[in-house]
Amino acid sequence: MGTRRDFLKGVLAGSAAATAGAVATPVLARETRPRPPEALGLLYDSTLCVGCKACVAACKAANENPPEFSTADHLWDTPLDTSGYTFNLIKMYRNGTMDAKDQETNGFAFMKTSCMHCGDPSCVSACPVSAMTKDPVTGVVGYNPDKCIGCRYCVAACPFGIPKYQYDSPTGRIGKCELCRHRHKDGHYSACAEVCPTGATLFGKTSVLLEEAKRRLAMKPGEMNRFPRGHLRHAQEKALQGKPDGKGVMMRAGWRDEPDQSYETQAGKYLQHVYGEKEYGGTQVLKLSGVNFQKLGMPDLPPDAAAAMSETIQHTLYGGLLMPFAVLGAMTFVAKRNVKPEDDESGKEGT
Amino acid sequence: MANHNHAAPAPVGGSLVNALTLTCGVLIALMVAILMVRFLFGLGSVTALNDGYPWGIWVVVDVVIGSAFACGGFSVAMLVYIFNKGEYHPLVRPALLASLFGYTLAGAGVIFDLGRPWNVWHMFNPWSINLNSVMFEVAVCISLYIVVMWIEFSPVILEQQGKLELKKKVGRAMFFIIALGTLLPMMHQSSLGTLLVVLGVQIHPLWQTPIQPALYLLSAITMGYAVVLFESCLTSTAYRRRIEGHLLTPLAKIMLGFLAVYLVIRIADLVIRGALPRAFVPSIEALCFWIEMLSFIAPLILIGAEDNRRNPARLFLAGVLLMLGGAMLRLNGFLIGYETIVGDSGGFSYFPTLAEVLVTAGMFALEVLGYIIITRRFPVLPREAATH
Repeated sequence: MGTRRDFLKGVLAGSAAATAGAVATPVLARETRPRPPEALGLLYDSTLCVGCKACVAACKAANENPPEFSTADHLWDTPLDTSGYTFNLIKMYRNGTMDAKDQETNGFAFMKTSCMHCGDPSCVSACPVSAMTKDPVTGVVGYNPDKCIGCRYCVAACPFGIPKYQYDSPTGRIGKCELCRHRHKDGHYSACAEVCPTGATLFGKTSVLLEEAKRRLAMKPGEMNRFPRGHLRHAQEKALQGKPDGKGVMMRAGWRDEPDQSYETQAGKYLQHVYGEKEYGGTQVLKLSGVNFQKLGMPDLPPDAAAAMSETIQHTLYGGLLMPFAVLGAMTFVAKRNVKPEDDESGKEGT
Repeated sequence: MANHNHAAPAPVGGSLVNALTLTCGVLIALMVAILMVRFLFGLGSVTALNDGYPWGIWVVVDVVIGSAFACGGFSVAMLVYIFNKGEYHPLVRPALLASLFGYTLAGAGVIFDLGRPWNVWHMFNPWSINLNSVMFEVAVCISLYIVVMWIEFSPVILEQQGKLELKKKVGRAMFFIIALGTLLPMMHQSSLGTLLVVLGVQIHPLWQTPIQPALYLLSAITMGYAVVLFESCLTSTAYRRRIEGHLLTPLAKIMLGFLAVYLVIRIADLVIRGALPRAFVPSIEALCFWIEMLSFIAPLILIGAEDNRRNPARLFLAGVLLMLGGAMLRLNGFLIGYETIVGDSGGFSYFPTLAEVLVTAGMFALEVLGYIIITRRFPVLPREAATH
């Protein structure tokens, strides 16, 4: 120390630090992200679900997942919860005598458990290597096993308990619903919605599904109403005619054409709450039910996504690495003054 | 700095084979055997991890708590070089060595826990990294810090090898390495707390707060000094050396300063967020909260008075309590206060298997063994006339 050069270096470092510190001060608050306008999703209506689990079987087949056994005889697929090999499950709520469907006391109800495709997903924010991503157009939360390091931060982060790791394998992956995005290129939509016999699970653009959900909430319980099945299209798309794609398949607006399968039935007794409309800033999968959602295993979530808070903290501290460089500059300046190259021999001089 | 009269660091010498090192050897061998099973048959074959608890003690104890215990090097280096308290210089090398082992093994230990370890290079692949991810920041920062610490420690090895020219060259850049070595732990120790923020409502309100980074950083610095107290007392006893009371007594005072700031922030945060009443609801979470808090508060009473800080037994106990408090803060946040699906535990529970505990014990044994070998063969501890 003591030379003028060293002093100048110190002053430079110090002023760089001070400048950086001043720039880093504004808080880079990150608002909760809404769903993309063209977001795809599902609408699950618990009051229409009959618990047949056709969607569970179709999901297994579409994702080439093995059966999971929970009974001694190992006769058929009986998963007790979603797992690294089960991406979709119908769970049942039971209370007392189970007299009536969609009734909280002495009743029962069904609930579909699968990825909600959050507008602002915690798993995507958490993943250190971008193995979990959100498609900017469809909003589908997809998984790439070729990047995944298996840290399971996504598993911990998800408030719905959706991404799950395959603990029984030395090369285990994360398993979760990807809305059958691997089938989209052939014009197929989500297998669960495709097979649902009652239209309890519908596939479509979330904006269209949300309108449908609100239409149902306005119905009088018990009143006869028309309910769609399968792929719920926007009114303009409905009016379009299907066109052959040249390979003998009729396509309409990018998806396989199918005849209208809507049917008439009595409207259920809905709670006035579209689950997923506002939770965590909005999810792309929406749910309707006659029984309290928390009783059916859906968490009570605030309107702001945890990812927004987490990233606000991260970017306030590390945005553009300004703060770290400021601290490093200051530390270097001080250390330069206090550390001497021969510092490690200081003891020797002492003895 | 050079004016302080310190005994030069020198190898302690003595045999490397004794009951302690042999025990360490056995524990390490067991760990290797268990890890072979883990890599052949998957994480589920040896751990109690399940769909409700994706992280167990390999993450929470080995990495989150282990790296905080390894903050001695950072805490002491900051004191000596940043706050220019040259009198603490003899504590630097031993503290740095313990940190070096703690971190290197925490870094290596992460690999055992990764479900797809062959992809770990994506953590450094610019086309893969996610700058929004707290885990990314933690991982990169810890990796870098391990390298920085080895450079910080390299003069010890170079000195023993007689490569004095190279040692001099490293010495010239040392001020920058030390600055980096102060910055990096500040970054990742705080981020280890921020890891919890994205878990949102799944974390019990007693441990979920946006000021997570401040709490984890301050408690890590406090734990760093506590570990130095603990280690100094232990090394002195084990090697039958003088306890460095003239250093530990004032060091303890600095530690209490950081502790006081931590406690003020911790309690203020609980009160402001309205989470404090949850500490009085009879539950396992509340019980663990009080164990944590009392471990932090007790040292204030135990060594609050200057006279009591001269008592090695009290210093040792205070150090142990603060290590416990910091460990509980992390255990509570990451495991006890974690509920996978809110309001519905889904029947999941986690308690580590014997195999998991043995791997953690094996890692610890590796640290102890490394510390013994290096202090006996390399110039780390201050030379002492009466060493055996």
